Amino acid sequence: MEKAFIKKVQIGDAMDRVDARLKVSGAARYAAEYTLKSVVYGVLVTSTIAKGSIKEMDTRAAEKAPGVLAIINHKNAPKVPGHQAGTDNEGSRVYGQEFRLFYDNKIYHNDQPIALAIASTPEQAEHAASLIKVHYAQEKHQTNSKANTSNAITPARGKDYSRGTAYAFKNAPVNLELEYGTPIQVHNPMEPHATTAVWEGATKVTVYNKTQATKLSQQEIMKAFDLKEENVQAISPFVGGAFGSSSRVWPQEMAAIMGAKVTGKPVKVALKRDQVFNMVGYRPRSIQKIGIGATAEGILTGITHEAFTSTSQYEQFTERIVDPTKTLYNCPNLNTAYKLIPLDMSTPCWTRGPGETSGSFALESAMDELAYALNIDPLALRLKNYAPSDPEKNLPWSSNYLKECYQMGADRFGWNKRTPTPGSMRKDEWQVGMGMAAGIYKSERDAASAIATVLANGSVVVQSAVADVGPGSATIFTQIAADVLAMDVKQVTFEWGNSKLPKAPGQFGSHTTASVGSAIYEVCTLLKKKLQELAITMPNSELARAQQNDLVVEEGTVGLKNKQIQLSYADILKSHALPQVQVSTESKGGGPEQEKYSGKSFCANFVEVRVHSLTGEVRVNRVVSAVDCGRVVNKKTATSQVYGSITWGIGIALMEEAKLDHRYGRHLNNDLAEYHVPTCADVPPIEVLFVDKPDPVIDPMGAKGIGEIPLVGFSAAIANAVYHATGKRIRELPITPDKLL
Amino acid sequence: MRPFIYTPTSTVSAATQKLKANPHAKYLAGGTNLLDLMKEDVEKPTELVDITRLVLTEVKAITTGVNKGGITIGALGKNTDTANHPLIRQNFPLLTQSILAGASAQIRNMASNGGNLNQRTRCPYFYETSMPCNKREPGSGCGALEGINRMHAIFGWSQACVAVHPSDMCVALAALDAVVKVQGADGKERSIPFTDYHRLPGDTPQKDNTLNPGELITSIEIPINNFANTSYYLKVRDRASYAFALISVAAGVELEGTRIKQAKIALGGVAHKPWRALEAEKFLIGKEATEANFKQAAELEMKSAKPLEHNEFKIELGKRAITRALMQAMTGGKA
Ligand SMILES: Cc1cc2nc3c(=O)[nH]c(=O)nc-3n(C[C@H](O)[C@H](O)[C@H](O)COP(=O)(O)OP(=O)(O)OC[C@H]3O[C@@H](n4cnc5c(N)ncnc54)[C@H](O)[C@@H]3O)c2cc1C
Ligand code: SF4
Repeated sequence: MEKAFIKKVQIGDAMDRVDARLKVSGAARYAAEYTLKSVVYGVLVTSTIAKGSIKEMDTRAAEKAPGVLAIINHKNAPKVPGHQAGTDNEGSRVYGQEFRLFYDNKIYHNDQPIALAIASTPEQAEHAASLIKVHYAQEKHQTNSKANTSNAITPARGKDYSRGTAYAFKNAPVNLELEYGTPIQVHNPMEPHATTAVWEGATKVTVYNKTQATKLSQQEIMKAFDLKEENVQAISPFVGGAFGSSSRVWPQEMAAIMGAKVTGKPVKVALKRDQVFNMVGYRPRSIQKIGIGATAEGILTGITHEAFTSTSQYEQFTERIVDPTKTLYNCPNLNTAYKLIPLDMSTPCWTRGPGETSGSFALESAMDELAYALNIDPLALRLKNYAPSDPEKNLPWSSNYLKECYQMGADRFGWNKRTPTPGSMRKDEWQVGMGMAAGIYKSERDAASAIATVLANGSVVVQSAVADVGPGSATIFTQIAADVLAMDVKQVTFEWGNSKLPKAPGQFGSHTTASVGSAIYEVCTLLKKKLQELAITMPNSELARAQQNDLVVEEGTVGLKNKQIQLSYADILKSHALPQVQVSTESKGGGPEQEKYSGKSFCANFVEVRVHSLTGEVRVNRVVSAVDCGRVVNKKTATSQVYGSITWGIGIALMEEAKLDHRYGRHLNNDLAEYHVPTCADVPPIEVLFVDKPDPVIDPMGAKGIGEIPLVGFSAAIANAVYHATGKRIRELPITPDKLL
Repeated sequence: MRPFIYTPTSTVSAATQKLKANPHAKYLAGGTNLLDLMKEDVEKPTELVDITRLVLTEVKAITTGVNKGGITIGALGKNTDTANHPLIRQNFPLLTQSILAGASAQIRNMASNGGNLNQRTRCPYFYETSMPCNKREPGSGCGALEGINRMHAIFGWSQACVAVHPSDMCVALAALDAVVKVQGADGKERSIPFTDYHRLPGDTPQKDNTLNPGELITSIEIPINNFANTSYYLKVRDRASYAFALISVAAGVELEGTRIKQAKIALGGVAHKPWRALEAEKFLIGKEATEANFKQAAELEMKSAKPLEHNEFKIELGKRAITRALMQAMTGGKA
């Protein structure tokens, strides 16, 4: 038999996305695009005050409006058993009492969902929603972090940190004490949040939602509605960006489920853009103080980092804002403190590089300021203070190629062409500046499960509940499976994004590849062994006398090294008369081996900006981003993750800011015309360099995380470049033209 | 979201009659502004009279009369087509630059010239129906006066309203001394000089312009000028594209030898209407076209500016932007 040439895809190849065609042709369906039979539409009505209670809600006109099936609010909403139970702080990911939709008449924040209008068409639902009249008993609210630092609390789940002497920076020969700030930033994924929910009987519910974690969605819905695991299904294969904003169950899921219960029909609820601003999380504003001290030679002797972020009145949302400071540099004396300011706002939520992004703006700006105070090159200062092991945990790094990042990045960027004096580089009317910053981000691995099945025709299906919110996880998991099973990638199908599939952690914390990738690596390795056994034991096997070690698996076959015998997977199954062979595995998270090391990803970003000498507009000329994310599993998708992070970083540095009018406690720029994210014209050529050396500890692929690390420190790199261009230090983001006049 | 009647029309008189018959009707052109405002429940027409089929899309050279050599632009021409028309690119590059500095390619493909003139302010309080706004709801107060007013006016504002007109195209049209042609239900045509078309807020900020109820813009006329090669539209904004102006400047400099015969300067993002910089223009007549003179003209112009709490920067930015725009006009409009 003639054998077709099979191109083998390996871990590391720049393979195209498996779902690219579906996405560009519009065939990939997102949460709001499931058109179930007899589906009806729900529109959320939201509060227009920030604090108080609902005195009266007049729904009569809405109920009589054309097409209306139900108006649900706190008075008539179906009881949610989980809401009555009160809070279970042990297991909850955020400390406190989660928001309970339609639970009572209390208003905790502006734009709080208070009613759901359900009608036969979206327009009718929208119209009905507009007819609902609400009277409030208003109370005085607080939404301004800056004005409320005196009310800050120490979070229940947060500890101050100290090593060596606290506040040692004060006694350093050269020391600075600086204050930085970052505003509220909103994830604003392209796809607004949406859910379609459908009940079968009283005990079984399916939701088509937008989630980074189908299993977490399933568990939270089980808990809320007191349902069995097999009776709750969350389906979310395609997600149009999430960035942390889809890592919890939010009001649109709860509303759709309640609405479907009341109407007995599938109910679809999609948020409007303005509703995305204060209902599904955001990155909280930060107020940060950094004290930093060094010897005249530039050896760090003390760092103190104190940070405030805000939270809601009902939960304590904490993030890793002081974490990079603890570990990026080898500083013997270091202390951090972190406080929360409870405000009459919804609870913030993890946002790409949650904490690290805001915290590193302060730390990496302060390092730059210190470099100028010392008259030392900013890169040289960082090299002098390189941490040879994790100074927080006192553990060796599992791998650390930060020095390589510095070197590669500086070489490619041409850092040595930079003249140190601020304002010394110019092109025509533009002042040119170069800046850099380093980044560090946790690298972890969580438990995950997977099933691999070889079918009678020799093709393989691999399954996991994991989400793919855009990074290309489905692609690299297909790639890992094809590599381990040594087969044509076209013969491998990966199924994901459904809670009924084997358990996987949420897609956040840059740990999907390490966690789920390991499970897939393991399950495919098991399947390979199984196929080898079957090859030996099949009736009249030509390999009957072979040992497993003699066998090679290649090109979708099991055979001898000399290629004289090659049995295809299909033939192996056929001779055993097996319709399929299935194996499953549960891969462990961090084991004892991992506890002996500290795992982190690293990066060094180099940026050139120009600032118009008259009108102060900042344009980014070019970016070089050098990243140590362990082994690169797919060059293409990994590069896209860096592009995405850098684009985010440009937005955070130069334009993103959700503005509240504190008199009303309400967002003012809650649409994409006024809340600025970078346009194509704002994003310059980005050069991505990978160290691409495997981490020997974290997982069998050697891959650390890539989704967030390039963002860490990036906004500081821009602020540092702006300082170099203009001599103006901007410590309060974003850097808009008015701040540079 | 409210129910409304949709009425297509195909002639100017039919359209104007419809508006006469229903004072709560509105013309629908590209819809890029009106439909957004209806979704936000800011505009609440009971009827939309679709005028996109009216044959008012042409760009034509004016061959007779006082404006011979000038150009007339149909009210229903698309912003994109207008910007890229060869006659406009050649003779009125200031207009091309201003249109292309606005919105996005997709929006410009939908947006009409008439709609651009009548687009409403981007003041966030105007959009936010839970907050006061005299323009949206006369008598409710001005949310921006003591609110977040970084983007608001520094010239010509009143206690009743501090909003700015958001258009870029209109800033160039003001500098170009354009004339707006309108027609009412009685069939009579009016010509309104561009600088009189939009108004200052005074006590009636709900009125953006001097159009009478039901009047339809039919065309815009632009007289010929002698500064096609020495003009420039500068837009300073918070990001490189797709953002409204912090300040914009339309500048045209007509030279006689090395001296300035006349300068035409209009500012955007500073007032309830495109702001003609008459002080600066006056100063520049007969002066040498030097950076020092441009600076002085800019200083003079900004003297009468009155900032609000968050927009004091616009005074300094205005000075610099005027200077920069005039300098760039002198280099043939190259950035
Ligand atoms: C996100 C966004 C960003 C934008 N950015 C910019 C920018 O940077 N710069 C800029 O200049 N513009 C910007 N725009 C505004 C855009 O230019 C206007 O929305 C557009 O020009 C309006 O034209 P239209 O035909 O769509 O008007 P419509 O929305 O159809 O109408 C607007 C108003 O004009 C009235 N009208 C329309 N035609 C006539 C007529 N012939 N006679 C009388 N009344 C009429 C309508 O009744 C309505 O009240 C932006 C818009 C959006 C949505
Ligand atoms: S500035 Fe004008 S548009 Fe804005 S809130 Fe005040 S009245 Fe309304």
